[in-house]
Amino acid sequence: MQRDNEEMTMAGNPLRRRLGALAAALAVGGLLGGCATSGNPKDPIEGFNRAMFAFNEGVDTVVIKPVSTAYDYVLPAPIKTGVSNFFANIGDVFIAVNNLLQGKVPEAASDAGRFVVNSTIGLLGVIDVASDMGLEKHNEDFGQTFGRWGVGSGAYVVVPFFGPRTVRDTVGLILDVKTDPVGYVDHIPTRNTLYALRVVSDRAALLPADKVIEEAALDKYSYIRDGYLQRRRNLIHDGNPPREQDAALDEDRKLAADHAAQPAGPLAAAR
Amino acid sequence: MKWLFAGLAALCISVNVGAQEAVAPDVLVRNVTTEVLEIVRKDRDIQSGSHRKAIDLVEAKVLPHFNFARMAQLATARDWRQASPAQQKALTDEFRTLLVRTYSKALTEYRSQTIDYKPLKAQPGDMDVRVRTEIKQSGAKPIELDYSLEKTASGWKVYDIEVGGVSLVTNYRETFATEIRNNGIDGLIKTLQTKNQGSEKK
Repeated sequence: MQRDNEEMTMAGNPLRRRLGALAAALAVGGLLGGCATSGNPKDPIEGFNRAMFAFNEGVDTVVIKPVSTAYDYVLPAPIKTGVSNFFANIGDVFIAVNNLLQGKVPEAASDAGRFVVNSTIGLLGVIDVASDMGLEKHNEDFGQTFGRWGVGSGAYVVVPFFGPRTVRDTVGLILDVKTDPVGYVDHIPTRNTLYALRVVSDRAALLPADKVIEEAALDKYSYIRDGYLQRRRNLIHDGNPPREQDAALDEDRKLAADHAAQPAGPLAAAR
Repeated sequence: MKWLFAGLAALCISVNVGAQEAVAPDVLVRNVTTEVLEIVRKDRDIQSGSHRKAIDLVEAKVLPHFNFARMAQLATARDWRQASPAQQKALTDEFRTLLVRTYSKALTEYRSQTIDYKPLKAQPGDMDVRVRTEIKQSGAKPIELDYSLEKTASGWKVYDIEVGGVSLVTNYRETFATEIRNNGIDGLIKTLQTKNQGSEKK
């Protein structure tokens, strides 16, 4: 879902860049806040978001999905894996930087190790040798780094073309894009080809998920929104988020404890 | 959303229906997963997308180990208690159909990913445990797939599944709450029925 992010060269002045991006995102956030709708506190600009969601779905249906489906159909699996590994490898440098910014030094060292091993033995990243050696792939980006630093997520925002984010993750996204090594490729046709190939490769990997979500969701917009929010919370805490302060859930647990004391009737009866 | 797919694909679990009482929760999850995936690997119909056959498999092997009433209760949160027993039963039935359809759909997309089982962190007297597993995938971080189980009179029952930290049960909360706020509990039941019938026709 979030792989649009890459190496950080530390070129220029990162702090100034970050502040600039922050200001831009806050301005956008404020602007959007003006056309607020709906009662969900996590999604104060639901009206706008649903419109953007519909727009993104349209772009996907008309362009991205057909191309990705063709890509998925035509190419043999090893080639597709190679392409996705190639982009994943570029991402490892950037993941190392984010782990470092979060003070996770062993993880950062492992990411750097992955990049070195895969770029050489793994033939420019096409083969993920490092995973076989026990160097596990991580998932980090600037939005997660901010979260780790204690920055709150802010409102949910559907960003045109990029999809679900929060205000914090939108700021992260701007940094992710600015530090993306593909953006530093000078030869413009090559750069654009790489961008397009990455979008198609990432999208093709999600094709099976489409059918499952279609089956699962009563309302696709809110299913994806709530899934995204849960997912980000989990990622920021590297798989161990603190238990949510949720009075309703606590009550549920108590109620369930009473439930458990009874024989497991409802299930049997329901069958 | 690769994580969601792969998670869903692998979560369809089952176990020997007969041997319930003595089976530890982590062993249960492992046995059921192994058995179901074994069947899927051999079944060409499911591999080529036979949803009906996948549903039959889930109903036979997985369903007995899930507590759907508890799931429906978790998904509707505080609204559950405002529901009459008849409404609770209807909610449970429709939610079960939806979840079974979803899981079995994911099974038809399963493609030989391997699963790692994490050591169980639990005390002997625990009534509520989390079994952690991971799905390996090439060139990406493994996907965590966690099962929450509670001990009941008829053995351990799964009441929640988290794929990459996303609960497949509580992810419905906002949608359900909105539906109930707008159209009441019967409105939600109706929406679920319509959804399930619509899927059936496809």
